[in-house]
Amino acid sequence: MLKFEGWKKLIVILITVLGIVYAAPNLFSGDDDSVGGFLPGQKINLGLDLQGGSHLLLRVDMDVVAQERLEGVAETVRQEFRVRKIRFSGLDVSDDTVSVRLRKTDDSAAAMDIFRDFGRDFDVVDESPEFRIAFNDDGLTALRTQTIEQSMEIIRRRIDPDGTKEPVIQRQGADRILVQLPGVDDPEEVKRLLGRTAKLTFQLVDTTMSAQEALDRGRTPPGSVLLPGDGDDGQFYVVEKRVMVSGELLETAQASFDQNNRPSVSFTLNATGAKRFGRVTGANIGRPFAIILDGKVVSAPTIQSQIFGSGQITGTFTVAETNELALILRAGALPAPLIVMEERSIGPGLGADSVAAGQIAAVVGLVLVIVYMILSYGLFGLLADIALAVNVVLILGALSAIQATLTLPGIAGIVLTMGMAVDANVLVFERIREELRRGRSVMAAIEGGYSRAISTIIDSNLTTLFAALFLYIFGSGPIKGFAVTLSIGIATSLFTAVMVTRMLIIIWLERKRPRQLVL
Amino acid sequence: MRLKLVPSETSIDFLRLRNPAIMFSGVLVAASVALFALVGLNLGIDFRGGILIEARHADGPADIGGIRSDLDQLGLGDISIQGFGSETDVLVRVQRQEGDEAAQIAAIRAITDALGSGYDIRRTEFVGPTVGAELAEKGILAVACALLAIMVYIWFRFEWQFSIAAILALAHDVLSTIGLFALTSFEFNLATVAAILTIAGYSINDTVVVFDRVRENLRRYKSYEQREILNMSLNETLSRTVMTSVTTLLALMAIVLFGGAVLRDFALAMMWGVLIGTYSSIFVAVGMLASFDLKRHLDEDDDPGAVTEDT
Repeated sequence: MLKFEGWKKLIVILITVLGIVYAAPNLFSGDDDSVGGFLPGQKINLGLDLQGGSHLLLRVDMDVVAQERLEGVAETVRQEFRVRKIRFSGLDVSDDTVSVRLRKTDDSAAAMDIFRDFGRDFDVVDESPEFRIAFNDDGLTALRTQTIEQSMEIIRRRIDPDGTKEPVIQRQGADRILVQLPGVDDPEEVKRLLGRTAKLTFQLVDTTMSAQEALDRGRTPPGSVLLPGDGDDGQFYVVEKRVMVSGELLETAQASFDQNNRPSVSFTLNATGAKRFGRVTGANIGRPFAIILDGKVVSAPTIQSQIFGSGQITGTFTVAETNELALILRAGALPAPLIVMEERSIGPGLGADSVAAGQIAAVVGLVLVIVYMILSYGLFGLLADIALAVNVVLILGALSAIQATLTLPGIAGIVLTMGMAVDANVLVFERIREELRRGRSVMAAIEGGYSRAISTIIDSNLTTLFAALFLYIFGSGPIKGFAVTLSIGIATSLFTAVMVTRMLIIIWLERKRPRQLVL
Repeated sequence: MRLKLVPSETSIDFLRLRNPAIMFSGVLVAASVALFALVGLNLGIDFRGGILIEARHADGPADIGGIRSDLDQLGLGDISIQGFGSETDVLVRVQRQEGDEAAQIAAIRAITDALGSGYDIRRTEFVGPTVGAELAEKGILAVACALLAIMVYIWFRFEWQFSIAAILALAHDVLSTIGLFALTSFEFNLATVAAILTIAGYSINDTVVVFDRVRENLRRYKSYEQREILNMSLNETLSRTVMTSVTTLLALMAIVLFGGAVLRDFALAMMWGVLIGTYSSIFVAVGMLASFDLKRHLDEDDDPGAVTEDT
């Protein structure tokens, strides 16, 4: 006998009410989440393509970090050897390896002591008198993780200094970072903010050799490097490799103007930085020092007197540039340059247009399907339409409840689901028609229709679910969103077709007890 | 009065059309493969790398000729400029620039500067060559894995003959869709891959419904000829097949007409998929099934769920 037990009705009603409750916040317009404050759910999370915003896939240039770290190792080796009077030659960094040659093999043990201090991240190859130091696998992994984590933190501080923009910053794979920033009008600004590492250092200018002489000879004194100036005048500077003070020791940085009213950035050092800066400047009065930003000398003023806590950087900046530079310096230096691998930016206007177009398409699609179903199946078509409406509410409710991201292809997925959702009902109704043609009673026809159609319904929906699953696994961004809505749509349409329509039909049967059914 | 696109009881001899249909499908697939190999796909920046910018003229129709002459001066190589959706909107596509990623970023800035303040930049997309290659790889993997999973599932639920027939029908749909994209030079991008997978899902859905009925009828009418059973199954499911195709097409039509320019190509591809998927379920899937001796294999199968003949 065809029955729909009370507890099943309860479940159907419960799920439908839950769907309505969770979908309800989407009815309130405006950004204010408090409007529907008495409801448990939130609005559907719109993807960047619908609300506007920037999606950036960045690669962290790991080679630069490894190279830098190895150069640091080489510099420490040089200093330690000098202190311990170990004579050496050919200290060099190449092919991710630091190599050095001792003059006397007697010094090998002392040298190994120094190398051991570099820790477990490095492997030392001892071919006395030659030694080679390189990262081992664990060291590289650790370096990578540390660099990515640092980069993510710095990116967050740069693009969201006030913590109000809700950016998504995720690690992807070995050396990539995904940044998603909703509601950004000017993606160029974001790229400018992330486009420089902003490594700030103060280093003494090496006055033993002029830049011209270094250029002519093609070499610099040991322990010094030749660096270009920031301007377009093609000026170079010979600068000591040793860093007096670096950007980590900054307390704050602010855009300001110097005494000639040129845009500049004024900064304050923290206690450690101030002490160190004071000591070096005090000992080098009268010598020039270079302010170096990302490998370029911004300016090279002469030390007039001992400098402690604060100073000013003046170069060829515009006011906008000093504002950005101050923000970047406050946020801190990136451990490595970032390279933009992929960018997708959607303006808020296009996003709003897409939402509007998607809504119209959804409503029109729904109306077309509803009318067609009623024309084809009459009362049963109407019942299927009610189930379809429940289906749409459930999809919206589920998307809101799990806070899935609705993308533009996702809207297409919902509209498509509406077309396909009635399929389960169509399968059942066509079966009922067949049973009726065979001369079954109304009850038997409906019961037979459901019991025969069910395995077909499950088979056909499962196979579609497979396609959706692989879209989700291999898809990215908006396509993932499409896969999510399609999967949710399959689940909800299975539920509404098998449970909701069935319940409505049985209720109708119990009320009317029809002796005849024209379907 | 009910709207019925298909009469209640039909007895069309579908299998009479089997040979011409298989010939037609063979030519269709061969032509698709040839078009794909010779003409190739109009790959979007998702797979090829490059830059795409959508801009809207602030007042009045966009001056495509003017934009072209402005952008040609930048020396960025192959640039395509076309209207998009409404006459105020243009879509600018620029080939991948020589050099590293920084060169691409510089090109984006050069284009937005050249467009000037009269245009509102609505969308900027840039895909680097590495990411493009990865996306292409993932797209191929997604389609291949989905086809494989579907094949295995059908094999589990039915017999191996059904699985082979279903996968042939599916491959037919996927290949001819790719052929359509090669023929029309519609842009082939990530959304297209999504469309193809959805087409695959839809097509297999259709095929499964017909196969379910074939299996049921094979068990129910053991004395009938196989050919009769196949025809009968097709006729019995025909009105459902048409019904579902029409509702899905109605929904897709709403997207094509009102869903905006971005979704239009996607929905058009899907509409094609619904048509070809419906055709292939009937003619390719069941047509291939007709080449196997199903009854002999079925007899070895003692399925307790078999439906018995009604009295």
